[in-house]
Amino acid sequence: MIPSSFTYKRAGSAEEACDLAAEYGEDAKYLAGGHSLLPLMKLRLAAPEVIIDLGGLRDLSYLTDQGSHVAIGALTRHHDVEHSGLLARELPLLAHAAGQVGDPQIRHRGTIGGSVAHADPASDLPAVLLALDATLVARGADGAREIPIGEFFQGLFETALEPGELLTEIRVPKPASGGWSFQKFTQRAIDWAIVGVAVQGNHVALVNMGGTPLRAAAVEAALAGGASPADAAAHAAEGTSAASDIRASRDYREHLARVLVSRALTEAASRA
Amino acid sequence: MKVDLTVNGNKITADVEDRMLLVHFLRDVADLTATNIGCDTTSCGACTVLLDGESVKSCTVLAAQANGHEITTVEGLASNGTMHPVQRAFHEQHGLQCGFCTPGMVMAIVSLLKENPHPTEEQVRTGLEGNLCRCTGYHNIVRAALAAAEVSS
Repeated sequence: MIPSSFTYKRAGSAEEACDLAAEYGEDAKYLAGGHSLLPLMKLRLAAPEVIIDLGGLRDLSYLTDQGSHVAIGALTRHHDVEHSGLLARELPLLAHAAGQVGDPQIRHRGTIGGSVAHADPASDLPAVLLALDATLVARGADGAREIPIGEFFQGLFETALEPGELLTEIRVPKPASGGWSFQKFTQRAIDWAIVGVAVQGNHVALVNMGGTPLRAAAVEAALAGGASPADAAAHAAEGTSAASDIRASRDYREHLARVLVSRALTEAASRA
Repeated sequence: MKVDLTVNGNKITADVEDRMLLVHFLRDVADLTATNIGCDTTSCGACTVLLDGESVKSCTVLAAQANGHEITTVEGLASNGTMHPVQRAFHEQHGLQCGFCTPGMVMAIVSLLKENPHPTEEQVRTGLEGNLCRCTGYHNIVRAALAAAEVSS
């Protein structure tokens, strides 16, 4: 399978990338590691006329300790997130979950920013960053702005990024306390999650239970009210809108959400 | 567009379509046909090659993205007629049946052992989660990986 024809541009800097995006407008698409976009282009589900390759922007690949938070360059690969000593100490949930994305080859190419900007509700890292209350930094024609992750995901593959805006950094606050867990249920090792759950302290986020990654608000409310993990997990499907597809029915996904939230809360409690 | 890739140590310059995939560049331009196209959907790993020393699925990389970078295919592993330790381990442990997944498996294991020279059996099995063997001959493939690690130690 071959993508439909496009013009390839390699950006030498974030500024140049934004300029190219402004020049080509809606016909252009940013390409980071390419492991979400290229498969869609090969299936002709996406057919951008211009590809702006960000692969040369090495200065957007970093993990730095900023005291209260860790700053992660948007082009940091899953492989580097997975193996970061800084994250292993400060944000083990994120390092662990990055190691569950796809397979080693995919993690050698795919980037954290690409995954977030693509906004596939079946992706692992968007829900993980939702549980961690991350802040996203985007650069556009009018300079940089911060977007709380709770306002970022607006629909299936839809985000708060304006046309041409480039996601440059992800700021993840260091959790004050609380255990963590990441649960993912798949048919085969490298599949997307049928359902996934990320827990950090009393924050619970769901993978693939609606058009966007979701916080399990009813579970969090039950926990705040003193419910046990098992009792809180019974609320896992409330407020969700899971799809039925070839992998699973909506009912099955709701069942999985309850089971996985229960397992995740139990595991997180054991690590607290 | 003009691309400049170093493949198995040889510089290859070619004028290709912007949309050309790396696997097609290797097979059709560089004439290195050991790298197979299997699923063509980033799942099976048959097209695994090394990009700057790390395993990638060449069906999901544009030749343009690899412009200026170094690629190693299974043809580039042996030196002076001597098989690479991973190749020799596949031979000795009967790590292949039909052979279709083998080039990708070998390259995935070369990358795995570079990152983790002494993996446990479980680490080999999870490290190969991106490579499918349609003969289901995983057992001897894992043995070959462990044997290659043993030889290199």
